[in-house]
Amino acid sequence: MQRLRRLAHNTIAMNTLEKEKSYQADERGYYGDFGGAFIPEMLYPNVEELRSQYVQIMQEPAFQEEFKQLLMDYVGRPTPLYYAKRFSEKYGTKVYLKREDLCHTGAHKVNNTIGQILMAQRLGKTRIIAETGAGQHGVATATVCALMGLECIVYMGAVDIERQAPNVARMKMLGATVRPAMSGSRTLKDATNEAIRDWINNPVNTHYIIGSVVGPHPYPDMVARFQSVISEETKKQLLEKEGKENPDYVVACVGGGSNAAGLYYHYLDQPDVGIIAVEAAGKGVDTGESAATSALGREGIIHGSKTLLMQTDDGQITEPYSISAGLDYPGVGPMHANLFRSGRGEFISVTDEDAMTAGLELSKLEGIIPAIETSHALAIFETRKFKKDDIVVINLSGRGDKDLNTYIDYFKL
Amino acid sequence: MNRIKQKLQEDKKLLSLYFTAGYPAIDDTVSILTQLQESGVDMVEIGLPFSDPLADGPTIQESSTAALHNGMTTEKLFSQLDGIRETIHIPLIVMGYFNPMLQYGVEKFCKRCQEIGIDGIIMPDLPLAEYEAEYKAIFEKYGLINVFLITPQTSDARIQQLDAASDGFIYMVSSASTTGGTSGFSNTTSDYFERIAAMNLKSQQIVGFGISNEETFKAATTHQKGAIIGSAFIKHITKNGANSVASFVETIR
Repeated sequence: MQRLRRLAHNTIAMNTLEKEKSYQADERGYYGDFGGAFIPEMLYPNVEELRSQYVQIMQEPAFQEEFKQLLMDYVGRPTPLYYAKRFSEKYGTKVYLKREDLCHTGAHKVNNTIGQILMAQRLGKTRIIAETGAGQHGVATATVCALMGLECIVYMGAVDIERQAPNVARMKMLGATVRPAMSGSRTLKDATNEAIRDWINNPVNTHYIIGSVVGPHPYPDMVARFQSVISEETKKQLLEKEGKENPDYVVACVGGGSNAAGLYYHYLDQPDVGIIAVEAAGKGVDTGESAATSALGREGIIHGSKTLLMQTDDGQITEPYSISAGLDYPGVGPMHANLFRSGRGEFISVTDEDAMTAGLELSKLEGIIPAIETSHALAIFETRKFKKDDIVVINLSGRGDKDLNTYIDYFKL
Repeated sequence: MNRIKQKLQEDKKLLSLYFTAGYPAIDDTVSILTQLQESGVDMVEIGLPFSDPLADGPTIQESSTAALHNGMTTEKLFSQLDGIRETIHIPLIVMGYFNPMLQYGVEKFCKRCQEIGIDGIIMPDLPLAEYEAEYKAIFEKYGLINVFLITPQTSDARIQQLDAASDGFIYMVSSASTTGGTSGFSNTTSDYFERIAAMNLKSQQIVGFGISNEETFKAATTHQKGAIIGSAFIKHITKNGANSVASFVETIR
């Protein structure tokens, strides 16, 4: 049955010009075995409204123009593709950093929130909700709501509110209401549950801006499309610098996976480009305190999507751990689950310790303090060796300012 | 004949109650079911607890968390229910979220339900398209009725589609909300009850969400076949203990 359905999907995919790329989502939002929309009927009208219109809206010339203009004038795109000379020398290969840390608000997250706020306006929505873990997506959402003058409610786990006070203050300054998620473990997973419950209770006037390539179809595909500007720019920039669009490898950290989806997007179906996904091993994959979903997860349903997720034998979703709040999610976007299962992507997990060390190293070698999420991607070079003339592009997804307290505590700075 | 279908033919308004298995204590399941039957309840939804119950409000979330903490699992529930049909004759429905069912194995889950004598399943996050593509044949093989939900926002076309796919009753969510709302029904809600009744669907409707007392039960069953009470019942046993089922049911009718 599963196989038959997949065949049917592939046929649909092949018949649709736009979806000819095999590692992209098909018409029903499936990446191979993963994806779909496992949502209660209460959410069906909202999700169906979005699903039936998102591609069309995104392709409207006026939408494209406004989106690109804001990315340029407000976000500060294109972000540089920077050849990291000293880092490259140390590891004996050619490393480029895609500087998403230079985006307004300090991370790639804003590419998606700009896109979704324009989508919400076109759908006639007046109220915006979002979930946030460390607060980066919450800040990016509050920012675009201020920009457009829309009401903004951000759900954040009560535990995270305690841990991330500066981002809570930022959201408040930007005019957003921050509501604590008091259920479950009171972190990102529970904040997402609360945002979904809010949407159930406010089905008509509200748009839910999901922050990663997770959730029910069409979210993973829509968010990936908004983030795909990262690889679109990388192609052009690499052509200028190296005379070719394709690097040998693209490397990104993966929690839910939105920065990774953006960097991989235009390379997914270019077999000469190796895809490397870096997950958070926490204190070690086998310690019980980890967020390495590809190693620890099994197929299941989380937040409306069939994907790989960390769960008990009985199907209860478990709590992940990572020093980085942005990688602290028990699932992974369905695109990445498919990259893992199909073997298209190489998955590596990195411990807290190795990530922190790599973050400090990049600061000293290149004068760039990375977010701890990003530091995981930087840490693979100690063990994963590349050839001297390999071109490796790393998504420098965010800056480290938000993590200063963690760096201070860890290194006793 | 499936007990749900039989019950729907009776000439009365149906009172159905939901409780979370494993709450307040792990071994309360059989006792609560027995009391529900003795109190004259027509049908029961047995809640299989889940860590992330998206469609539920705080009361059912908390009872689910407590039940999981008490050690409730899918297998544990099935073992408690083995042999239940020697004493319990009213229709029994298992209600939960799809991931635990998926991990148990959908076919194995359905087979165990049939062995126990479960009549139907409500999985709010198993949508119609997925059900029909992958699981309908399995549910039917084991004689299980799958119950679909509609809300005030569900379009007429979608309602027709769900009605056509339905083999038992339609679960009518009373308003745009998670479970456990207590504000009573507005005029809009009454209009919705009338509108759906006027559609002359082949499936009868049972209303759930926001039904907490005699007044809301009566309002919900003016145009529909029955109503389901969940959160209000759980609050009652939280306060009065697992042996207080009859005193709750008496307040409803």
